[in-house]
Amino acid sequence: MKNIMVCMKQVLDPEAPLSLFKIDAAAKQAVLPKATPPVLSPFDENALEAALKIKDTQPATVSVISLGKKLVRTVVKAPLAAGADQLFLLEDEIFSDFDSCLTAASLAAAIRKIGAFDLILCGIQAADTNAGQVGTGIACLLGIPCITCARKVELNGDRIRVEKIMPDGFDVIDSALPAVVTTSYEAGTLREPGVEAFMSANKKPLTVWNAQQIGMDKSRSGPAAFLKMEQTAHNIKCEMLEGAGPAEQTLQLVGKMKDAGVF
Amino acid sequence: MTENKTILVFGETTGGRLSPSTYELLGAGRSLAKASGHELAAVLIGSELQPAAQEAVSLGVDLVYRVENSSLKDYSAELYLAALEKAVIHTGPEIVLLSQTAAGKDLAPGLAFRFNTSAAMDCTALEIDPASRRLLMTRPVYGGNAQAVQVCSTNPQIAALRRKSFVPASPESSRQGKVVQIDYAFSPEDCKTRLVEHRVEPATGVKLEDARVVVAGGRGIGSAEGFKQLEELAGILNGAVGATRPPCDRGWIADTRQIGLTGKIVSPDLYLAIGISGASQHLSGFSGAKMVVAINKDPEANIFRAAHYGIKGDWKIVAPLLSAALKKAVNKT
Ligand SMILES: Cc1cc2nc3c(=O)[nH]c(=O)nc-3n(C[C@H](O)[C@H](O)[C@H](O)COP(=O)(O)OP(=O)(O)OC[C@H]3O[C@@H](n4cnc5c(N)ncnc54)[C@H](O)[C@@H]3O)c2cc1C
Ligand SMILES: Nc1ncnc2c1ncn2[C@@H]1O[C@H](COP(=O)(O)O)[C@@H](O)[C@H]1O
Repeated sequence: MKNIMVCMKQVLDPEAPLSLFKIDAAAKQAVLPKATPPVLSPFDENALEAALKIKDTQPATVSVISLGKKLVRTVVKAPLAAGADQLFLLEDEIFSDFDSCLTAASLAAAIRKIGAFDLILCGIQAADTNAGQVGTGIACLLGIPCITCARKVELNGDRIRVEKIMPDGFDVIDSALPAVVTTSYEAGTLREPGVEAFMSANKKPLTVWNAQQIGMDKSRSGPAAFLKMEQTAHNIKCEMLEGAGPAEQTLQLVGKMKDAGVF
Repeated sequence: MTENKTILVFGETTGGRLSPSTYELLGAGRSLAKASGHELAAVLIGSELQPAAQEAVSLGVDLVYRVENSSLKDYSAELYLAALEKAVIHTGPEIVLLSQTAAGKDLAPGLAFRFNTSAAMDCTALEIDPASRRLLMTRPVYGGNAQAVQVCSTNPQIAALRRKSFVPASPESSRQGKVVQIDYAFSPEDCKTRLVEHRVEPATGVKLEDARVVVAGGRGIGSAEGFKQLEELAGILNGAVGATRPPCDRGWIADTRQIGLTGKIVSPDLYLAIGISGASQHLSGFSGAKMVVAINKDPEANIFRAAHYGIKGDWKIVAPLLSAALKKAVNKT
């Protein structure tokens, strides 16, 4: 029986309307909008799907771990309905969305505490930090290899075979276990749970730990900090081509292209 | 100013020469070195690196470290990280710069965690703070909806630089610099990972990252058939076709064509965005474009806030007219 851990982060909905996005300049983070609930970071859903695909083919326990200050239960429990076996929530005031060091250390500590692990799956990057560090960090702290940006993960015995996306194609990488693999959307869209799945999800084990229970405190925070954070300004003035009908508008456009030296 | 403070650049090579991303790193590295009075060093990892090392010297690197070994010929996150860590311990740099490339995305965080810190990923601007002398690293967060300025209180300060956001260094053959070999003893048998093969997906036409004209299609294009039409349009201007995430997801076009935060970064003379709403994650991919044109049937679409010219309309009507008009105009010139 293989033990697969999937790290899934609760984030501000990255596809929420731009008009709802506001930065709290003093706190140097986004204001949580009341209208849009958080979601699980999209690439982490791909990671869960990669885990479930493995579980489709062989006996495996899929454990999901989410870490945050305050985790919305309806959001973070969704993986149980999709097919994960158990859920671990690391919840504490000392956690912060942008502290990669503390996050990776805490996830690694929780993974150790849960027990045996063969494969750890993460998203390529969280939708809020856009960093892509935590997966590599967990691997580093556990002293195991990390293969990033996977579009396919196959587990055979005590090895994995990963297709890692490269700019011009992909690498096929063979690795010993345990290992960390990070996935992108190419790894597949998360399956839709059926009604029954929602019912049984509530019976699956859920464990909540605070920082102290995994041996973590503020001293594990990293040395990186934000000096400031600002909303991105898009201040290009767009000239709408207003010719009488599309034919004239395209001619106007061709004129603009020529003036700009495009051809 | 103390002596021997170093900015270390991780240089990447393609076909024995420094890659274009490395030119950008060295451009950024040189201006930081000037502002801080630091020495500019570079580390190259691979095999047969002497020509690339000389190239780095001509680009203004004071000291080039070569970590050379036949088993480093192909990229391996595991081996390259071990080699890079060795170079960092050897040089004790204040700042390490990498590119936001496939390798950089592995190595910057890997290196950071080896030194109990975190890297600033996908940086679009760097500056030395005149007061604290620390590196200010600007990077997008929340999918590009916001920009953060990150600082790190310990050394090395590690930054991965977004492509096409920094002016490349220009060579001068008269420049002098030292090239040093770092010994790297390891046995590939100790490795936990192994590259089985590298598969290149067939690509035709102009390379997306280098194209002067990019015609990008979004969910509004609706089908693979629709993207064929964009190919034709791009062909007239010798351009390349790109896409947002949804068309790649649906298989209308190859995944390698995705532009944006998690796709390719382009900075063409003309970016033609068709049937694209303008999500921040996508806009991040072409912020360097000189002229942006949007065609969208929704006049409220966010893409019009990132475009110089816009046509409100159905692309199925506009695109054929545009193709025809362009063909005529191009033939005349
Ligand atoms: C973590 C993360 C990373 C991401 N990274 C990327 C990335 O790198 N690149 C990327 O592109 N996306 C990325 N996305 C997805 C991104 O958030 C958007 O969902 C995506 O860019 C939307 O693509 P779109 O504009 O094609 O589709 P939509 O938002 O659906 O817009 C379609 C547009 O087409 C218009 N339209 C429809 N029919 C027509 C017609 N006949 N004629 C003219 N116009 C028409 C509509 O008015 C609409 O504006 C990422 C998302 C997340 C969460
Ligand atoms: N708070 C968290 N809880 C669970 N998983 C996380 C958390 N933060 C990061 N991760 C995992 O690490 C990946 C990379 O995060 P990041 O380095 O912030 O981009 C995410 O896609 C998740 O899989």
